[in-house]
Amino acid sequence: MMSETTAPRTYKDFAQPIVRRLLLTRESAIIALLIVVLIGASLIVPSFASAATATYLMLDVATILLISLLMAPIMITGDIDLSVGSMVGLSSVVFGVAFQAGLPVPVGIVLALVVGAVGGLFNGWLITHIDLPALAVTIGTMALFRGIAVGLLGTTAVTGFPQEWTKLARAKIGDSPIPVIMILFVVLLIGAVWMLHFSKFGRGIFAIGLSKEAAAFSGVDVARTRLILFVLSGTIAALAGVYFTLRYGSARGDNATGLELQVIAAVVLGGVSVFGGRGALHGVIAGVFLIGALSSALRLANVTSDVINIITGVLLVASVIASSVLDWFKRQRARRALRSATQQPATTG
Amino acid sequence: MTSTAEKPSVVGKKPADPAFKKKSPLTRIFASRETSIAIAVILIIAVTTLRNPTFLTSADGFRDLLVTPSILLVVALGQAVVIITRSVDLSVGSVLGLTAYLVGTLFVAFPSIPIPLMFLIGLAFGGLLGLINGALVAFGRVPAMVITLGTLYAFRGINVAWTGSNRINASDMPSGFLKLGTQQILGIPVLTIIALVALVVVAWYLHNTRGGREFYAIGSDPEAAELYGLQKTKRVLMAFVFSGAMAGLGGVLYAARYGTINSQAGDGFELQAVGAAVIGGVAITGGTGTVIGAALGAFLLVTINRALPVLGIPDFWQKAVVGALILGAIVLDRVMAKRNHQKLLEKRDR
Repeated sequence: MMSETTAPRTYKDFAQPIVRRLLLTRESAIIALLIVVLIGASLIVPSFASAATATYLMLDVATILLISLLMAPIMITGDIDLSVGSMVGLSSVVFGVAFQAGLPVPVGIVLALVVGAVGGLFNGWLITHIDLPALAVTIGTMALFRGIAVGLLGTTAVTGFPQEWTKLARAKIGDSPIPVIMILFVVLLIGAVWMLHFSKFGRGIFAIGLSKEAAAFSGVDVARTRLILFVLSGTIAALAGVYFTLRYGSARGDNATGLELQVIAAVVLGGVSVFGGRGALHGVIAGVFLIGALSSALRLANVTSDVINIITGVLLVASVIASSVLDWFKRQRARRALRSATQQPATTG
Repeated sequence: MTSTAEKPSVVGKKPADPAFKKKSPLTRIFASRETSIAIAVILIIAVTTLRNPTFLTSADGFRDLLVTPSILLVVALGQAVVIITRSVDLSVGSVLGLTAYLVGTLFVAFPSIPIPLMFLIGLAFGGLLGLINGALVAFGRVPAMVITLGTLYAFRGINVAWTGSNRINASDMPSGFLKLGTQQILGIPVLTIIALVALVVVAWYLHNTRGGREFYAIGSDPEAAELYGLQKTKRVLMAFVFSGAMAGLGGVLYAARYGTINSQAGDGFELQAVGAAVIGGVAITGGTGTVIGAALGAFLLVTINRALPVLGIPDFWQKAVVGALILGAIVLDRVMAKRNHQKLLEKRDR
């Protein structure tokens, strides 16, 4: 290399070794933190390392896991969907009202999913066709969907769903501690991973997050991509709403109030940039499990929910601050590397 | 774009062009967002009063009409300033709750604290919490939404950890303080006067001073503002401290108005405050809107919520109405902006 100073430096000369590239990411850091928390909690909290705890942990995080599959791509495009918690409530009510009207459970599920898709379409249409900021639109629909849900059922709840369905929502796979709902989650996860990380559509999502104009000029249908993501987000929130209803056996208008904040906290913690353009699903899933495992361990250790709230908040703030501090260091290093790279030919030649 | 090349003299003609004549102040007032919201509020009050005269005419009804929106008004005032600088403060509900509980606790510990001092403590404590938000946003260079989402959790968590299942009752606070919630001067409730004074001062500052205009400049184009030499960090910090202080003031007013404070005081207030500002014409993308609009938005939201049950609509539907109003307001803004843009293009090309 020193003899051929005039040879152009290729991509490989600048690239990091593959091990460093895989290990030194936000995602790996969160996964490592998750492992530390799991080991630590097993050692400190006596009842944490048990099959029952694992089952309840998975049952509890399932709702957030499902919704985060679409919240992550939406935040990678630089948008946000604050209406998901309210959509969980609305689909729960639609499902409950359909059941009350004597419709069979599968029809109720389909109805709830349709409502979710329509709600998502409404969000997406306002955002892409009327050209409104996602934050403002979904703050509006967050109030609207919740309002319709609470308006339809008031303070009453629909209960008495068929046992086979409520049992299914809590059932485990054979003798393993893994709940059946995880099968549904894994199927959807495979779909989401393919969509986000291995398809043309997914490359478009990252491109939009980096620059909408550049994405449009390189052939990405920006409006269509964003619209599709919001429709999917509404649908999956509705699916989570049906699960939520069956798991607790009760359809209420105020189900899952404030859930959107938990989902966003987990997604941001999992390494999705709030500016858009970066993130990966394995980090997001680790983020969801990290918050879930922390609150489960703290609850078992008889720490009250308010402390869990404080920790969630501090973790969220710390994770975004940490990434901007890290970025600053990286920029400094890159600048130094660039300076020495540009000076090299002068000194050797 | 093409026509400018064909008509090079158009620039020189512009001032004489009748299309560019300034609108008279009267048309401007009638076409403004503030006026249409004020008309909406008056209409709602009129219709509701026709249904049930006590809504306006009874002494209590008139007082509630003015007192109830006052708390949201001050919080929306702070929120509007933050949104104008292109941020958002989601922690205001938690700041309000925490300050309200602090006020109650201080009254229990030191019953003889003078009431004006308590207002100062509330403002300072809220401002301090706002400073935490502002410092994280301004120096961390991260979106305010995520930071204040985090502090929304953290402040509320601290509040619940501190309060537990306790609560401050009216009997714990001096009667002079609680009287503020019912007292009136010239028929106007004291709490409303406090809120209006804050509104007038801030509206004047934002409209007339150089510092006030800088908030708008930073909100409409942060990069350009920085290139121009405006201190963005300082202004963003100020906006958050102010928003925190107003939420703190809201906490003091809350304590005086309701007399009972538990750990959930002000829960969900952030949505209403953002909603009030957006309905009042403060664009979430920053740089436009007035605090008077936000104040009227707060008035509209609270008045609708109080009017619905009187009009025979179950108050379960309140939230749906709030959502529809927010959506209606932003769509209206967008349509108007597009039409305005189109008009300007036509004028240029003529």
